[in-house]
Amino acid sequence: MDENIIDLVVNLKEKETLAAVSSLLEDGEDPVKILRDCTSAMEVVGERFEKGTYFLPQLMMAGEILRQVSDMAKPMIKKEEGSISKGRVLIGTVKGDIHFIGKDIVSFLLDIAGFKVRDLGVDVPTHRFVNEIAEFRPSVVGMSGLLTAAYDSMKNTIDEIKSAGLREDVKIIIGGGQVSENVRAYTGADAFGKDAVDGVNLIKRWMEVVQ
Amino acid sequence: MSERWLECSPDARQKQEERFALWSATENIPFISEKEKALFTERSGLLKDAIQLKKIPARIPVCPSVGHFPFEYANISWRDALYDYEKLNYAWKKFHDDFELDASGGPANIPWGPALDVLGMLGYKWPGGTLGDDSEYQFVDQEYMLAEEYHDLIDDPTGYFLNVYFPRMFSSLKGLSRIGCLPAVNEIAKIPSVFSGFGTREVREAFDKINETGDILSDWMTNFRAIGLSLKARGIPSFTGGYTKAPFDVVGDCLRGTRGIFLDMFRHPDLLLETCDRLVPFMIKDGINSCNASRHLILFMPLHKGADAFMSEEQYRTFYWPSLRKVIIGLVDYGIVPLLFAEGSYDRKMDVIKDVPEGSVVWWFENSNMEMAKKTLGQVACICGNVPLDLLCTSTPDEVKKYCRKLIDTAGKDGGFILSTAAGIQGSKPENIKAMLDFAREYGVY
Repeated sequence: MDENIIDLVVNLKEKETLAAVSSLLEDGEDPVKILRDCTSAMEVVGERFEKGTYFLPQLMMAGEILRQVSDMAKPMIKKEEGSISKGRVLIGTVKGDIHFIGKDIVSFLLDIAGFKVRDLGVDVPTHRFVNEIAEFRPSVVGMSGLLTAAYDSMKNTIDEIKSAGLREDVKIIIGGGQVSENVRAYTGADAFGKDAVDGVNLIKRWMEVVQ
Repeated sequence: MSERWLECSPDARQKQEERFALWSATENIPFISEKEKALFTERSGLLKDAIQLKKIPARIPVCPSVGHFPFEYANISWRDALYDYEKLNYAWKKFHDDFELDASGGPANIPWGPALDVLGMLGYKWPGGTLGDDSEYQFVDQEYMLAEEYHDLIDDPTGYFLNVYFPRMFSSLKGLSRIGCLPAVNEIAKIPSVFSGFGTREVREAFDKINETGDILSDWMTNFRAIGLSLKARGIPSFTGGYTKAPFDVVGDCLRGTRGIFLDMFRHPDLLLETCDRLVPFMIKDGINSCNASRHLILFMPLHKGADAFMSEEQYRTFYWPSLRKVIIGLVDYGIVPLLFAEGSYDRKMDVIKDVPEGSVVWWFENSNMEMAKKTLGQVACICGNVPLDLLCTSTPDEVKKYCRKLIDTAGKDGGFILSTAAGIQGSKPENIKAMLDFAREYGVY
């Protein structure tokens, strides 16, 4: 592991990270290794977020650095390494709601953690969740929403998943600024995440059980 | 950075008294009867006592955030609320007939659909626009100002908004980008040529749209004021009558987007801070103008990106609070009472935000610990909140009452408290709202 790259990303040194990655690539360093180091760095960033020493701005900055490193390193990867996905997660903001920040962070963290994520975007109609479950076969479905109107959309979506006979195939987690145990019970979800990291940790635990 | 707006002038309290008197005056209100007049006076007195912290009010004022609940309750669609006065008025009346609030107001937070259509507004999605008839309008969080444009905004905010921002935000106002720099006053003989751009077809079209929007909105404002006046006639004072924002939120919400501003905290911290400072006088003047227009003194300020989930205490102290505090001081200096609605949780920020002039602001909390807020902030400011939406939407009247009892026992102790909800009550069960109102009015007597 290149401690230098890891430190630079963890400490959010954008210019320095990109310069270091650029010179490493020029020197013929394995791009897959660089990305792996960045993933280790993101784990530390995630831990700091969880502990409350890092906040959303740091998480977004780290994500932005990683995006740029990835843009630099990925074209240099000769053959797609047979990376093994840790599991599939389907995610989206429910019908009638277009908030995306929380959902995007969860998607991003899951992606970093090695899950295969299909993000349906925002204002996702109930039938689209159902169709995508049938097609993508995820183990976990994440539904996001900030508005109180999202409660009913989540409930309706879960009801429709039930009617389609797919409820037993997936674990469902909900998230967003206004969710709570009351809302979880109301919607019929399996769990709620009180923030992005909490949600991702729950999903990770579920996936360990699945595997 | 500006040295203005750091301390209040000595006559700020006197100005506040004068504004309270104007706001609670009964002379020009067509009260239904003496009973409503007495109620109006009683209720405005409760709010005044709660805010000023000079004496304990007779009881806790109960002022939930109405939000968009009246539409659901009256069963009109979202589209109707944005496009049809008659239906909107009906919904507003029906709600206030059936639920007794200590203060309320017209539907101030409803953007008016026909105006959005004429402008071709890109910063919102709304029912009747691109959303379904039963969806809430929502704001589109993205970059409306590029990071490279900070200097342009700092150099000339008005010019930037007119020539760059408006054409970008409103598809009908693209022509404004051709006006050029106003006022280009350098040589007297050349001043008239400043107006040459106004002769172009694009600029004329833009101004036609602006005039059309102005007509639509002045009609709407007449209707809006009539709703407010009819509530007063029934003894319900308006809760807030002005509006402004924290400079950091102006940049984050309207200009750079959430992602943009959070990245700028690392990439362009000095420019971000300078911009926030540059926006302070605009936000103060906007607040004063809106309060003057409504003859009100309680001014609503929703605080968005300073929440605990968004930033640390240190980031808040560095980026968010300094310019917000200047806006607060600038408003309090005019006798205005900012009602600061702290969205999300502010538990980590209590020590920072208690640095406000005593008895001059209201802190309204969504998810914060109200007991802690009372202990820390309660010494200097009235606090307000915070019956949770998940409880109102999914729970039972008994659970709601239980929450209200605890809230009144802790946050409501010895005055300085307004009982409200954590946010607009859309989605709530009517029986839960009733339970909250009835219980709080009875149990909240001192």
